[in-house]
Amino acid sequence: MATTAQALQNYAEHFSGLEKSAANEPSWLRQLRQGGFARFGETGFPTLRDEDWRFTSLSTIAQTPFRLVRNGQHLPSPAEVSAYQIAGAACELVFVDGRWAASLSSSCNLPKGLRVGSLAAEMANHPGAIEPHLGRYLNIQRDPFSALNTAFLEDGAYVEVRKGAVVESPIHLLFISTAHQVPVVSHPRNLIVAGEDSHITIIEDYISLGRGEKVLCNTATELIAGDHSVISHYMIEREDEQALNVSTLRIQQGRTADVASHSVLAGGALVRNNVHPVLAGEGGECLINGLFVGRHRQHLDNYMLVEHASPHCSSRQFYNGILDGHAHGVFHGRIIVHKNAQKTDAKQTNRNLLLSDTAQIDTKPQLEIYADDVKCTHGATIGQIEENALFYLRSRGIDEASARRLLLFAFASECLDRMRTGAARSFVENLIQHELGHLGDASRHQEPAS
Amino acid sequence: MSLLEIKNLHARVDGNEILKGVTLTLNAGEVHSIMGPNGSGKSTLAQVLARRETYEITCGTVFFNGKDLLAMKAEEAACEGLFLAFQYPVEIPGISNAYFLRSAVNAIRKYRGEEEMDAMDFLPKLREKMKLLDMDEKFVNRSVNEAFSGGEKKRNEILQMAVLEPRLAVLDETDSGLDIDALKIVARGVNAMRSPERAILVVTHYQRLLNYIVPDFVHVLVDGRIVRSGGPELALQLEEQGYTAMESAAHGASPA
Repeated sequence: MATTAQALQNYAEHFSGLEKSAANEPSWLRQLRQGGFARFGETGFPTLRDEDWRFTSLSTIAQTPFRLVRNGQHLPSPAEVSAYQIAGAACELVFVDGRWAASLSSSCNLPKGLRVGSLAAEMANHPGAIEPHLGRYLNIQRDPFSALNTAFLEDGAYVEVRKGAVVESPIHLLFISTAHQVPVVSHPRNLIVAGEDSHITIIEDYISLGRGEKVLCNTATELIAGDHSVISHYMIEREDEQALNVSTLRIQQGRTADVASHSVLAGGALVRNNVHPVLAGEGGECLINGLFVGRHRQHLDNYMLVEHASPHCSSRQFYNGILDGHAHGVFHGRIIVHKNAQKTDAKQTNRNLLLSDTAQIDTKPQLEIYADDVKCTHGATIGQIEENALFYLRSRGIDEASARRLLLFAFASECLDRMRTGAARSFVENLIQHELGHLGDASRHQEPAS
Repeated sequence: MSLLEIKNLHARVDGNEILKGVTLTLNAGEVHSIMGPNGSGKSTLAQVLARRETYEITCGTVFFNGKDLLAMKAEEAACEGLFLAFQYPVEIPGISNAYFLRSAVNAIRKYRGEEEMDAMDFLPKLREKMKLLDMDEKFVNRSVNEAFSGGEKKRNEILQMAVLEPRLAVLDETDSGLDIDALKIVARGVNAMRSPERAILVVTHYQRLLNYIVPDFVHVLVDGRIVRSGGPELALQLEEQGYTAMESAAHGASPA
């Protein structure tokens, strides 16, 4: 359904509140926000008639009068947060309802060449480092959520890694949505600038704390991958099953940059994950790897827009989905090969396991090729746990629940195998084991008549 | 007490009766062979014994080691010591052979109240058994049966049997698709498993395997019933005369 005048009015009130309080901020930042809000005002929220949103109804988001979480937030205790720390991380940056929480963060012993912190602080203290990048890549024209995020841009993570610096341990960005008595929204905005020939691993990790009204987290990240940089980015969605989460990762890849985007969607009621790499420099490589695990009535929508804008680049999309109960998954993989992007090698694979008769997957490849010397392939499969494989394992003494979990893990581990070994991958592996454990207990299987 | 006692077993799938009263007894230490033409019910019998649930048992009893086999699930039968070497071993991408086998060994050990084995204890045992079957080291880490040749899959079945050390091993057409060299290796693996505590049931269409795994008893299954039983010489007789003679004898003998 279309965004009502009432809903727009709600956002307009919050926007003018933000503008007043931000009166002494630099004009470029105010203009950026105004541009975002003006664009959102023109489009409102997308509807099912919008080709990019045809499988995901946003009526819950469009109809809920969310309040902007601003000052005076109630911080969770360090004990509550410590359970979510990742072993082996270089630093933990914690954001509560989109705001940097210095007291919960730890960034001691940062490796050389790495600068991390709050985007708000960085904009205030070093605007010269921010202005050239912020808002330059995110496309607010085609995506209303990006426009809305830009309108309410205040804080988030800032990560900068210097030319030639190699940071082996992952940088953990933990985004906590806390429950309130009224529906609330936050708009974390992250900027990651990786210099030429640098190596980093970033984990964006979304969690919920507390019980209350609806919480919407509308987050956007601009990742600038300098020439010849090697970057792994992880998006982990493990919020509670009432959370609404829309995330956009916009990657700008330089020459021969090697970027891997790994998404693991396990939590959330309504989740939309946009991954939008632009292979802007020659010889770039991009891996877009994902796993989504849904149960009950979760709706997990994976939208990819891979733009080949230069010659000799390759992109690989691999997404595996496991859906149980009444869960609904979406894989929408769009590839655009621009006219000059000759010798493009683009591949897309989406594999899905449906564990119940009521689970649903919509999978849609969309290839737009304007160059004439390219290699583009795509494929999708939808299946159930193979009865033969299950019987085979059981006939060796492995009980049915364990056999089922083993097969699910084997399916999920296709995604794990594409991650570089290290702390980030170990963390994801444990998370997946944990999530699949839930499924193993809940799923009941009907023996098919054969 | 016999190790396996099948009495008047009837089984059907999709409303079609496949087993029409099979009676068979195996004692520990014995090797039996069931031979029969295609569609006679050989594989059904093997799968029913391994407790595949797609088959409906309409009549009869099966006791394994004194326990009601038909009341067991597939995993319970395995833990009680029953092993089926599959006619068509299943490929399982994403699970390594070693992990799979150790999971199986530990599931069975747990069932028996024994301590589980860690990878350090398990791997030497696995390698020793692999040597017996001339299996390459790479099979340890390869996904279960994935991209294995037909012969490699069958050898992998025998490897599993050797590691799991069952009381009763049922080999379902383990010879199909094997060249003579592979057949000899598989037979060597099976013969190494012969022991006074163990029984082996070799299900086959052709007599050739029985040159290498010489059975104590041969049974001929035709149209869901055992129509002849005898010693190893029966297999040779079948090879000469073919199943047709037995089939007509069976039909002549069956009550109208």
